[in-house]
Amino acid sequence: MNGIAFVWQFLEVVLAIALAPLFTGWIAQCRAWMQNRSAPPLLQPYRMLRKLFHKEAVLAEHASPLLRAAPYALFGAMVLAAAIIPSFVTDLPFARAADAIALIGLFATARVCQALAAMDIGSAFGTMGARREMMIGFLAEPAILMVFFNAFLLFGTTALTGVVDNYASHPSVVDPSVIFAAIGFVMVLLAENARIPIDNPATHLELTMIHEAMVLEYSGRHLALIEWAASLKLFNYACIGIALFLPWGIAIHGAGLGHVLFALAALIVKLAVCGAALALIESLSAKLRLFRAPEFLAMAFLIAVLGLLVHLLMGANTSA
Amino acid sequence: MSPFFWVHSAISSVSAQELGAAMLIVSGWLLLAIAGMLKPHSIRYVARILFPLGAAASLALFCVAGEFLLAGRTPQTMTLALGLPDMPFHLRLDALSAFFLMVLGVAGTGISTFAAGYFRSGEGTAPGLLGLHYHVFMASMAVVMLADDAYLFMVAWEVMALSSYFLVTSQHRIPEIRRAGFLYLLMAHVGAMCILLSFGLMQGGSWQLSFDAMRGASLAPLRATSAFALALAGFGAKAGVVPAHVWLPEAHPAAPSPVSAMMSGLMLKTAIYGLLRVTFDLLHVRFWQWGIAALLLGLFSGIFGAIFAAVQTDMKRLLAYSSIENIGLIVTAVGLAILFAASHLPLYAALALAAALIHVLNHSLFKSILFLTTGSVLHATKQRSLGKLGGLIRYMPWVALFALIGTLAIAGLPPLNGFVSEWLLLQAFLFTPQLPHAFVNMLVPLGAAMLALTVALAAYVMVKFYGIVFLGQPREPSLVQAHRSNWLERIGLAWLAAGCIAIGVEPQLALHAVGSVTAMLVGQTVASSPSAWRIAPIAPQQASYSGWVFLLVIVCVVAITFLAVRLLVHGRVRRAPPWDCGYRWQDARMQDTAEGFGQPIRQIFGSFFWMQVHLPSPSDETPRYRVHIEDRIWRVLYRPISAAMQRMADAVSFLQGGRLAVYLLFSFLTLLVLLVFTL
Repeated sequence: MNGIAFVWQFLEVVLAIALAPLFTGWIAQCRAWMQNRSAPPLLQPYRMLRKLFHKEAVLAEHASPLLRAAPYALFGAMVLAAAIIPSFVTDLPFARAADAIALIGLFATARVCQALAAMDIGSAFGTMGARREMMIGFLAEPAILMVFFNAFLLFGTTALTGVVDNYASHPSVVDPSVIFAAIGFVMVLLAENARIPIDNPATHLELTMIHEAMVLEYSGRHLALIEWAASLKLFNYACIGIALFLPWGIAIHGAGLGHVLFALAALIVKLAVCGAALALIESLSAKLRLFRAPEFLAMAFLIAVLGLLVHLLMGANTSA
Repeated sequence: MSPFFWVHSAISSVSAQELGAAMLIVSGWLLLAIAGMLKPHSIRYVARILFPLGAAASLALFCVAGEFLLAGRTPQTMTLALGLPDMPFHLRLDALSAFFLMVLGVAGTGISTFAAGYFRSGEGTAPGLLGLHYHVFMASMAVVMLADDAYLFMVAWEVMALSSYFLVTSQHRIPEIRRAGFLYLLMAHVGAMCILLSFGLMQGGSWQLSFDAMRGASLAPLRATSAFALALAGFGAKAGVVPAHVWLPEAHPAAPSPVSAMMSGLMLKTAIYGLLRVTFDLLHVRFWQWGIAALLLGLFSGIFGAIFAAVQTDMKRLLAYSSIENIGLIVTAVGLAILFAASHLPLYAALALAAALIHVLNHSLFKSILFLTTGSVLHATKQRSLGKLGGLIRYMPWVALFALIGTLAIAGLPPLNGFVSEWLLLQAFLFTPQLPHAFVNMLVPLGAAMLALTVALAAYVMVKFYGIVFLGQPREPSLVQAHRSNWLERIGLAWLAAGCIAIGVEPQLALHAVGSVTAMLVGQTVASSPSAWRIAPIAPQQASYSGWVFLLVIVCVVAITFLAVRLLVHGRVRRAPPWDCGYRWQDARMQDTAEGFGQPIRQIFGSFFWMQVHLPSPSDETPRYRVHIEDRIWRVLYRPISAAMQRMADAVSFLQGGRLAVYLLFSFLTLLVLLVFTL
């Protein structure tokens, strides 16, 4: 471990924090184009954050410290996740702190913090949102675990940096199971990040909202932190997807400055393409009724399991 | 029993230092039990003097057993001049029993300290009697783990069952509690019978009941399998593995909270100890099919417990179902360990076993916290039903803080301890495709998905528990007067919570402690950690986890964000009525109830329940909404069995005429028949 690794680590985290709202803005812009609306400016999320930070924070009279602490904890968890996921370099000292399974646990921590904070006021919407969010959580976790299982069978590691490194050393590994895993992963990504078809980030329709119902009682800087954490979460998921399924160009251990700059450019291109693809999926699908969500996520799970079985039945390329 | 004997033997045999110290602690507990009877009605004497002494003894046990484990001592044995004439009691302290004694010590310290502040006079049994049962219970659990022959094991096992029965029924004037106690006693004895039969099979024809003889016996495969099946059934009944779980949700709510904590946190673990002792130590062979059986039972118990916990409305019943879930996880890990060990993959077996053992330790900590906090809540509010609680974080901040730690830990969230064992178990599942059995290696990985579902459901359950009890608005006006817990209760909770955090951020400690156990049972130890701040059980490049980084990075980011927001923007806060989409008339009745929070589970997993829903029609003058949920197991298994028993009893009831002479005649005839039979 050398000093430069810590520099990369720091840059990687700062880049994730800085780029996350841009990614969200880019998706919103693509969606608007695809739906024939006039698009909001690309920097709209930053303006939103600035506005919220400068506004006064209004808290309910009987709010407990939990409500005030949760946005910070949420943001901290997402920053930690960003430090673990290799977005453009794999030489990350903190990435050794967690493999993909621990990452699931980290996201679960964030989810539970947010759900508990949503129940703190005791409003009807808050508890409803918390219950729905936890439901989506327990449906999504088996599916994403199967995706990571598949990665383990292919690359012999569940550490995301290890996956990227191993991929770089045997780029010929192209397994049909990866396609299944990718489809399952995208479905989980949509559900976990409150996107259509599970939740709609753009509306406050009482009967269907999940994420928005949980943050109803927040305002000012707390809401800003939550919104920022939410865009970081989407960014993190996109980077997990990139590390697992599109790892080309990520600078592996010991790469030079030129390679890292190239990896950075590749990351921006990949994120732009992924964002457009997400916007396309969201534009093409309709929001599901809440009780169709289990079917959607069961489908994601089954597709991921199918990938696993395809891999095991073919019995090839197992480096585990 | 003479404590002087043990003192003497402890001093005389230097080679058995730790074992002697452990027996000294056991005798100390027995002395405390008897001392309670001197002033049985004085709550100050029993609770403020004897219980803290008991806690000190537990702490000593924790130190002794921990020292034994970390120093990697060789097994120590001792023979007591007690018992039947030619059957003296054998004692043995090895890594396995030391680990479970350590669990008993660490959780017992917290629970006894809490109990010192918890028990009040005028609640059921006199305090002195309660202290008697309590300390005998502690002592019997320790002896179960030290016993080295089937005879002493069964004696201690029965003492444990009986003393806990008396503790459960301490408020025996309430009929439901008596019924719950009877059900518990019944299940305990069905289990004990299976265990006894299992020991009978394992002695291998020599009728030597010492464990040493059983280790040496070589059994035919069928005989060994029967012994394992009986052990699994017997210990499973004690641990609460589905379908023998029915007593747990009845007995845990009936008992006083420290006793619930003791039973759920510790007594269930003695069954896990027994299962491990029989499977990995006493039986000389293991077949992979046993592993599959335990794995399936464990996975099913896990999912079953989690789903049922999600729909409970009584906080202690919810926790009891959650115990079933956690026992399910432990049995799953044990099953996986058997599967790997029988397939000659000892390293992975050690990994699964480490997951099982660390989860045993973890569960004893966080489940104790949660049961104890329900006790504080019960005393403060007189309410056990989730539908009548809420908002207690504002009235009981300390209890709410400790309960939050317990909640996050049991939900399996990093950087707390529950996550460590679940992570290790999932790591063990990753290697199941290497099993040498066709199809098994493809289907077992799906168990990991089921495990993930169970863990995520547990998070759902715990959000429900914490959110409904401590968050939101008080659902009853009287809750505003809820009083705070006393300082002894807080110390007990703080000790347990500190354990949860310590194992979470420094899991190397726990891994190191289980290392000698896995070395003893499967002959392998998971790889030592690559550096002081992270664990990597198999290989560092494969997967590693560091609680320190989790904790420190999150704390640093939170601190930096907080300061940055304060310095760059502002820190103004205005208090106002809740927003709730601008609705002003919102009140406590509009929050989710416990039933409401469980509704998605009822909808998704409807086939698990036997459910009766009564919905009012739109024209009802007095609308009532009612939902009744029952275990299907009661209907498919227990009701038919009890009906059959009833029929059999009815069929032979003509024998019961009530005349002594006739009964004597029956005895005489039986004797005659037996005589003829033997001749």
